[in-house]
Amino acid sequence: MPSPEVLRLDRITKRFGALVANDAISLSLAAGEVVALLGENGAGKTTLMNILFGQYVADEGMITAFGQPLPPGNPRAALAAGIGMVHQHFTLADHLSVLENIVLGTRPLLSLSLGLGAARDKIRALSQDFGLAVDPDARVGQLGVGQRQRVEILKALYRDARVLILDEPTAVLTPQEADALFATLRRMVARGLSVIFISHKLHEVMAIANRCVVLRHGKLVGTVETAGTNPADLAAMMVGAEVQRPAIAPGQPGPALLRLRAVRTPDAEGAAGLKAASLALHAGQITGIAGVSGNGQAALSDVVSGLLAPRAGQLEIAGTPAPQPWTPAAALACGIGRIPEDRHKAGTIADFTLAENTVLETRRMAPFSTRGFWMNWGAARAHAQAIIAKYDVRCPGPETPIRLLSGGNMQKLILGRVLEGAPRVVLANQPVRGLDIGAITYVHSQLIAARDRGAAVLLISEDLDEVLQLSDVLHVISEGRLSPPIPRGGASVAELGLMMAGEGVFDAA
Amino acid sequence: MMALWEILISASFWAAAIRIASPLIFATLGELICERAGVLNLGIEGIMVMGAFTGWFAVYLGLPLWGGVAVAFASGMLFGLLHATLTVPFGLSQHVVGLGITLLATATAYFAYRLALPQVTSPPRIDPFQPLPVPILSDIPFFGPALFTQTALTYAAFGLALVVGLVLYRTPLGLAVRAVGENPAAAAAQGLSVTGLRMGAVIIGSGFMAVGGAFLTLSAFSSFFFDMVNGRGWICIALVVFGAWRPGKAVLGAVLFAAFDAGQVRLQQTELGAVLPYQLFLALPFILSIVALVIMSRRAEVPAALMVPYNKGER
Repeated sequence: MPSPEVLRLDRITKRFGALVANDAISLSLAAGEVVALLGENGAGKTTLMNILFGQYVADEGMITAFGQPLPPGNPRAALAAGIGMVHQHFTLADHLSVLENIVLGTRPLLSLSLGLGAARDKIRALSQDFGLAVDPDARVGQLGVGQRQRVEILKALYRDARVLILDEPTAVLTPQEADALFATLRRMVARGLSVIFISHKLHEVMAIANRCVVLRHGKLVGTVETAGTNPADLAAMMVGAEVQRPAIAPGQPGPALLRLRAVRTPDAEGAAGLKAASLALHAGQITGIAGVSGNGQAALSDVVSGLLAPRAGQLEIAGTPAPQPWTPAAALACGIGRIPEDRHKAGTIADFTLAENTVLETRRMAPFSTRGFWMNWGAARAHAQAIIAKYDVRCPGPETPIRLLSGGNMQKLILGRVLEGAPRVVLANQPVRGLDIGAITYVHSQLIAARDRGAAVLLISEDLDEVLQLSDVLHVISEGRLSPPIPRGGASVAELGLMMAGEGVFDAA
Repeated sequence: MMALWEILISASFWAAAIRIASPLIFATLGELICERAGVLNLGIEGIMVMGAFTGWFAVYLGLPLWGGVAVAFASGMLFGLLHATLTVPFGLSQHVVGLGITLLATATAYFAYRLALPQVTSPPRIDPFQPLPVPILSDIPFFGPALFTQTALTYAAFGLALVVGLVLYRTPLGLAVRAVGENPAAAAAQGLSVTGLRMGAVIIGSGFMAVGGAFLTLSAFSSFFFDMVNGRGWICIALVVFGAWRPGKAVLGAVLFAAFDAGQVRLQQTELGAVLPYQLFLALPFILSIVALVIMSRRAEVPAALMVPYNKGER
């Protein structure tokens, strides 16, 4: 017997300026069902769910919850209809307690009591029932990411939600936390709750969902039963073609363009500095840095990009000592292009337009300014337009604020900004973090193209597969020390793992 | 040193400190409510001037004293409504709007005063609030005359601090106000109206600022004259920071500042006053306040969304 339908979205359309984020998307959800909403970054998954939850207003279409039409643009109505949402970026107030965050908005504003005692009991019971251990009196600011997510889920359950929307819930979790989350979801489904699970991780979707709804470029491309499909087919639906790994021919190494000799930097908070690190970046070669986060990658990246001057040791650019003082401007002048680790914080200025962001580093050079003084915005816009076309940045145009772009499109713009300057050295720090398969493939192929053009590419990544796949030569970084260079195929994964854990041959300290 | 000690043990000094603190408490609480909801209200100085004028003028025209307080409160709410409309739904710069409202409210009050009383040379007086000794408590030596022989409006100021504290920390409304000041997206996701809560907080808070101004005319100076607010609004902005956005601590800060102020007047009359220039004494409360502010505000938790407009549906 089919379960009753709890939720129906009917031809939902939403536009941001000229961008159609959702194009007539329809979708239904039954009681006790987990539906995965699958799609690349920027496919429109989060937008669709924000419309369902009333945070955006759809331009067209309507939503029915439990047989009743849901008024648009009203989170209160969505909550009252039994829809709860766990956002990708948590909506919690750090300075308030878990309890306060959960009861917020659940009682009439003018009632005299917060009813915290009863609320605490109910939260304890829910924690017990669903395996969501969290201290109700802790302050949210002191909780870890996994616990915060439990608070978000408790918020929805506390309001007796019957439908829970989870936006990329595992993106921030450790594998153990993700397993615990799945256990919680299974308990919820067993009690007849329904879940919409947004993800682009195929194995998770296969593990938890009954049905997959696949979005691409804001359009619904298909709905499939999980039992009748496989990850390869889903990936093909998501990206629109069979995923092609770039064919990687070995690089043609040339002279060393950048060399670190026994460079030391001070330790930073929570991250190691460099301890006598030596490294040579050769033209026409991708040099990979493998290691666990916090072992000196940030310091290495900062030294190469000029943000940090070595405390000891030498830095050489194409055989000559690096200019003093060593600053980001000096690094740029030496032809070092930078793809920063955090594209939001260090790569772009959110409220600036694409054109403005494109010329942040080159603003004082022709043709973007006249004698380094008067900005020439026409040239900047034309340059941004060229990057948008060449690097397939999906956006309404160069005058769009960059915060409106999805992560993948933002990264493509940064990639274009760096590579169009034809840098001699490309620093790529976590260049594909948070990107989907299509964007990852694209970024990788561009890095290889830069290498083949003769650039020296430094690839820093915490994803060992990525380093192994792309690097012509790699170093392992551990507690600020760099291993000697290891050529492609020169060490097994097991050996590399031992080195990443700090055992193995390292440069003399 | 002896002179300072004698000042500190005199009941009249503490009575003066409590009196001077009262308008600051009203306005500081008003500002605190606005900021807790995430809106910096720099209109405070002008709204205090407006409250001082409207409260006084209402009583001058024949309303009872509490009627004057009500009129002042209403006039403050009106300017609060203007501030809230511009900064919350329209999301304009809170600095620009606030300073604009200070200029507008100040000028409007002065203009209205000149229009209403074109011919006067000395400001007309009204019968102000009289000291209201609290039965029994006012008979306690030292504390009686210092704390419990104040005007009704002073008791109201301290009572208001208690009420604001209770509402902020013990009611759903207070939790909602704090939440929109910390993370408006979180509040919206829980079905609360960020716009409504922020506007309400600014309007009510502005009302209290105006009552702070009205205290000056209705309970302290008995008449309205130009420059009578004299930067008290700006002091209150600092007191909110000093109080780490908590009503109790803010009251403490107001009393401390008032004590410095009452103390400097008395110090001027000692032998020190004969040696040192009087401007030094006038500057003393401000210097000490800056020192206290620096010490106290180090660990303060600023409302995380203070001065961050919230636009629904924006990425």
